[in-house]
Order: sequence, then structure tokens, then C-alpha cells
Amino acid sequence: MSQEVTSTSAKTGAAPRGIDPRGQRVGAAITTVVLAVVLVTGFWPLLAWQALVFLLGAALGPTRTPYSWIFKTFVRPRLGKPTELEDPEPPRFAQGVGLAFAAVGLVGYLTGVTWLGALATGFALVAALLNASIGLCLGCEMYLLGRRLVAR
Amino acid sequence: MSVGVAVLVVALVVSAVFAVYRKRTDGKLSVVGSPTEATAASDHVSWSHTRKPESLTPSDIGTDLGEQATLLQFSSAFCQPCRATRQVLEQVADMVPGVSHVEIDAESHLDLVRALDIRRTPTVLVLRSDGSIARRAAGVPRKADVIAAIGELV
Repeated sequence: MSQEVTSTSAKTGAAPRGIDPRGQRVGAAITTVVLAVVLVTGFWPLLAWQALVFLLGAALGPTRTPYSWIFKTFVRPRLGKPTELEDPEPPRFAQGVGLAFAAVGLVGYLTGVTWLGALATGFALVAALLNASIGLCLGCEMYLLGRRLVAR
Repeated sequence: MSVGVAVLVVALVVSAVFAVYRKRTDGKLSVVGSPTEATAASDHVSWSHTRKPESLTPSDIGTDLGEQATLLQFSSAFCQPCRATRQVLEQVADMVPGVSHVEIDAESHLDLVRALDIRRTPTVLVLRSDGSIARRAAGVPRKADVIAAIGELV
């Protein structure tokens, strides 16, 4: 199975080596919990932490975040080999979208516009929860809609 | 109840409803129009601001149509399930004679994407030999469903 993945990606010129999709799901689950705590407590430094994690994921790649480290250290040793690998670019893009929402949320909380902080955090939480639960990359799906709206 | 808790509750409900909806509809190959309508509408000229096209030509998709059927896949750069979709469709195209798999970059065909109202990638269109659209799926279609859909056309 993984051989098949490799041959296909080689043929299409996509990423030569994929990443373990389960790492993304675990990272999204941690993100969901973190954002839920932010919403309940309104504790902005935790949102700042999450923004930093998004920044690392967007800048260095989704496998080089603290949450990915948690997956590699504590979760993956208990699992078998992944049955499929995936392209790192979509989740990386999604981390960038997450960063944008976390940044807006931070501005909201720091300027006292709590509803804006909570709303932006809520959007990020929906995206993270859908990623964790059904593997959906909401940021990626928004991408085409965005292009449809913006580009001629 | 604080604003944050209210947002959290709404976010959880929205996520759950959307997840169930997505799981139910993802990859489902639904029938598009009826064959007679589709054939009648195949003489389109330009559709940039007209109604949804029901038929595609080789110039629209940039390559010849399959002899029996064409599996047209719209993909994009940031698309996780596009790879799995490509595998399914390539396997079917290899298996069934006269069926071809064509993959289109949605971003470089935005007019077509808007005309067909394609909202996400992967979107798969099953085209008859004359280019009319028989079925359509958003998400990764199941191999058996694709084979069944082709079986109806061939």
C-alpha cells in the first residue's frame, strides 16, 4: 500500500515522502482542547501559545510542531506503521489559516473586544475539531472558494 | 454563561452537524440531470455568465474524451483527498477499456470551476462518451460506485 503511494507521488511530482496523517489528527485534537480551554477561561496567553504552534507548523512544516513531537514521542510508538502517507502541503496551509484566526482572536482578547476573540477562536476550534474527528482540512477547502471569489 | 462558553457550545454543535452531513455525502456519486436534457444542451458556446453547462468538450478539459466514458477530476494544490481520488480513478481507468481519467487543476480553470459550481476538491464528474455529465461527486468516491456508474453508461 505505501509502495503504491510512493509510486503515485513520484509519477505526479508531488512530495517525494509523505507525512503520517495520524500525527495531524492527534495535533488537531490537542489544538481543539487548547482552544476549548481558551474559550472557557478567556486566558489569552494560551491562545498566544496556540498561535505560536500554528506559526511553527506554517513556517517549518506540520511535523515540526510541539504537538507533532508529542505524537512522535508518546503516540506513534504504540501504533503500527501508517497505511498511507499524505502530502504535507495541505496541512501546512491549514496551519497558516489557523494562525490567521488565532491572531484575530488575540487582537480581540487583548483589546477587550471579547466577543471577537471568542468568535475567531471558535472558528479555529471548528476547523481543528473537524480535522481531528473526520480528517477534514477546512482551510484547504476554503482555499478554492477563496480563489473563486478573488481571482478573475 | 460567558460569551466564550456560548461560542464553545455553538462550535461543538456546528462541528458535529457538519461532520455527520459530510460523512453522509462525501464521495457520493449523484446523478446529474437526465440524458436527454444533457444531449439537448450540449451545443453550448460560452458559459461564463450563463447557466450550468451539462456537457463538456475536449477543448474544455484540454484533452480527448474517453471512448466510453471520462472520469474528470478537479484537483488543487492544497487537497489531501485528491491523491486517494487519483488512485481510485486511475485504477478504474486501467481496468475498464475505453474509460479515461483526466485530472484538471481547478485553480487554472476557474471559469470552468465557476460554471460548474465546483466548491471543493476533489470533485469528480463522470462524463458519457459525448461529454455530457452523468454523475458528480465531491470527495473521494468509492471504487465500486465508480465502476457501477460506468456500467450504467457503457
